[in-house]
Amino acid sequence: MRLFADLVSTLGTSTKTNEKLQALSDYFATSNDKDKVWVIAIFSGRRPKRVVNSTQLWTWCNELAKLPDWLFEESYHVVGDLAETIALLLPEAANTNASFPLHHYLETLISIEKENEMVRKNFILDSWNSMTQTERFVFNKLITGNFRIGVSQKTMVNALSKTVQLDASVIAHRISGNWDPAATSFESLLSEHAVSADYSKPYPFYLAYALEEDVHSLGAPDEWQAEWKWDGIRGQIIKRNDELFVWSRGEELMTEKFPEYHNLKDHLPDGLVLDGEIIPSQGGRPLPFSLLQTRIGRKNITKKQLQETPITFFAYDLLEYEGNDMREKSLADRRELLENIVNEAKHPALLLSPVITFSTWEELTALREKSREMGSEGIMLKRKNSAYQVGRKRGDWWKWKIDPLVIDAVMIYAQKGHGRRSNLYTDYTFAVRDGENLVSFAKAYSGLTDKEFAQVDQFVKRNSLEKFGPVRTVKPELVFEIAFEGIAASNRHKSGVALRFPRINRWRQDKTVAEINTLEDLKKMLEIYGK
Amino acid sequence: MPLIEFTDKGLYCRTGQFYIDPWKPVDKAIITHAHSDHARPGSKSYLCHTQCEPLLRLRLGDNRYQTVEWEESVLINGVAVSLHPAGHMIGSSQVRVECNGEVWVISGDYKIEDDGLSGKFEPVRCNTFVTESTFGLPVYNWKPQHEIFQNIKDWVCKNKEAGKTSVFIAYSLGKAQRLLQCLPETGLPIFVHGAIWNAHEAITRSGFPLPAVNRVSYDTPKESYLGNIVIAPSGAEASPWIKKFVPYAVGICSGWMQVRGNVRRRNADAGFALSDHADWKGLLQAIKETGAQKVFVTHGFQSVLARYLNETGIEAAEVKTEFGNEIEENSEAIAKEQEQTNNQ
Repeated sequence: MRLFADLVSTLGTSTKTNEKLQALSDYFATSNDKDKVWVIAIFSGRRPKRVVNSTQLWTWCNELAKLPDWLFEESYHVVGDLAETIALLLPEAANTNASFPLHHYLETLISIEKENEMVRKNFILDSWNSMTQTERFVFNKLITGNFRIGVSQKTMVNALSKTVQLDASVIAHRISGNWDPAATSFESLLSEHAVSADYSKPYPFYLAYALEEDVHSLGAPDEWQAEWKWDGIRGQIIKRNDELFVWSRGEELMTEKFPEYHNLKDHLPDGLVLDGEIIPSQGGRPLPFSLLQTRIGRKNITKKQLQETPITFFAYDLLEYEGNDMREKSLADRRELLENIVNEAKHPALLLSPVITFSTWEELTALREKSREMGSEGIMLKRKNSAYQVGRKRGDWWKWKIDPLVIDAVMIYAQKGHGRRSNLYTDYTFAVRDGENLVSFAKAYSGLTDKEFAQVDQFVKRNSLEKFGPVRTVKPELVFEIAFEGIAASNRHKSGVALRFPRINRWRQDKTVAEINTLEDLKKMLEIYGK
Repeated sequence: MPLIEFTDKGLYCRTGQFYIDPWKPVDKAIITHAHSDHARPGSKSYLCHTQCEPLLRLRLGDNRYQTVEWEESVLINGVAVSLHPAGHMIGSSQVRVECNGEVWVISGDYKIEDDGLSGKFEPVRCNTFVTESTFGLPVYNWKPQHEIFQNIKDWVCKNKEAGKTSVFIAYSLGKAQRLLQCLPETGLPIFVHGAIWNAHEAITRSGFPLPAVNRVSYDTPKESYLGNIVIAPSGAEASPWIKKFVPYAVGICSGWMQVRGNVRRRNADAGFALSDHADWKGLLQAIKETGAQKVFVTHGFQSVLARYLNETGIEAAEVKTEFGNEIEENSEAIAKEQEQTNNQ
């Protein structure tokens, strides 16, 4: 565990990608094979199931530290991370040189899943008692989940590529899909054989950067294909060995989740991989993301839901055809084949994401203004002769999103943040005016600079009106422009609206609370964009 | 009427007609230590420990200063006042005030561990204890100084091997001098920011021995920093001044570095939880050893510490003070230094 804990601390404090890369490849060069497999699993989002919940962890910690509950809670709000709070509060271990390798802990965690609470508690307490503070932190993190420590899967893959001398895109593919870290050896995970053995494996997704330059900088318009950018879940549909698999970009298998896809396999040729968007739609027109959310994670779906929120797939790329990897072919060629396949399939859940016809950038710019009416969040630009690459790459694919909707609002509640924002008030709730009253309508956590957050934090500390647990009611004085991507009706919120991806656009220090927008304004936006 | 009152100018002894660490100008001020949130300008006369005086002079200029040794009792308008080591920084003291058999002790800032520089904290028996609470949460538990020093030296060596300069961020008064107890053992030259240089000069001039350092100045060739050590006050890590040390790694020395989020927020390469304040256990130990029947908790986690004391059978209350904002003054020092190096 020591080696992994050291790796996590280096990764957590390092501010440079090169250093992180070096730390990871050093780890891959020195660690044992079983641990390496687990590290790959952890950094690609494959953690073991939770066998102990947070409440149990902090109860056991308090038993050892002999602290009142409220003091634990105060500590937690200052530290902003449960795993770290526990690591800091536990009394010093009896013997800190007794920890086992990483895989021992993870595999034991899996093995005690069905055991009674006593067994699980003993394992946790024994483990704590043989660990240093950093090891305990990492161990707690592995149990509680949310293992976000500033390393992307891409960095991990690059480090691995350096160590084992394989191309990064090859590694990205081999570690994708369905595999069990406890039952997979390092060698077999990275072997060529494994890919063909696991026929459910998706390809790594090609991702676009946001277009920040003027669109004219892309050169001749006829070299580019334009499509609407959809706000659904990116996914791949795979049919191999007469079986169908639907993967999300988060590498989650979605096949069973949406019955709409079930008989799709009878309509598609074998040896096929499509890239596209998992999105609800009616008559070819996408429905808001909030409706998709009502379907995610729901096992029993009513007839009404199937009728009102049918899930479809907007296909926009072809990655494998007749068992052949098509990614090196040009987009133009792939698109032609894709159109044939979708047209022949004639399945209500499988649609083509249409190509936008345009001849000049001016024309496309004007069309882009209509994005919201199309139910899209902007335009995707793809070079017609481009290959399908691995990961986020500049040059051939760009997302050209429309400007967000904005509204001026006042901050009314504040709460301390987590991670690098621990002990700073960075999570805010905003309100608009409704006559004499203020009505909360959105929470936002991002969009200010560190310096601005520090200033707002000072304001909150000096202008708190009431304290409800970790939440402070704040004097309604600071005005912010809130940006968001979409708006939908909601009966779960007091304001009657739910916003899509709200964030702080800027701090309107020039405005007073008398000048903010009203609930009426929000309702007008709902009227125009919420359908 | 209590012996010490909490007024809008600070802690006041009406019988003795003096203030302790007042934040507004008064006639007579007793100063616990030379940090800017405790020692403010404008008062007519100051009483402090002998080792504190040169530092007050550095910060506040020429004034009427009266100095005393630790344990030396002086009578002010019939009130007996004496200073006792607080272990916070050079010349830092607790203030013991006695009148008609009633004893109050005002802690100022303090730490329990003997750092070999600031005098060993001495528990003073009293009826009423006014304590700080900067790190009054159980997550703050310091490692022994020798262990942190070892980590610091190891980090310097690691940077040296990687061809980087080690830049430490530390308060110019206190933490910077503490670092000088371990850094010379690396055998590497040490450079300091102007604000730290001035403190260093004032301390050594007063006869207090400190290891030799070099001032970072515009004519120091850049190569001379490479792989060596620089100490700068907090705020410097975010200023353009630090660019002259490229390639470098930043290590922040502060009790706040106990929590990972703080290290990450300040973009430090390393955080060393080296503090000049008592940790949770230190605060509880100090409070217990005073034997006080009543405790007033000031700057820091007042409400948490006061509540905990009350629950464990020690009567305690929170007091709002204007202490605890040492950082602001440093940012001025950095801006000034920035300006100087730019003009040169």
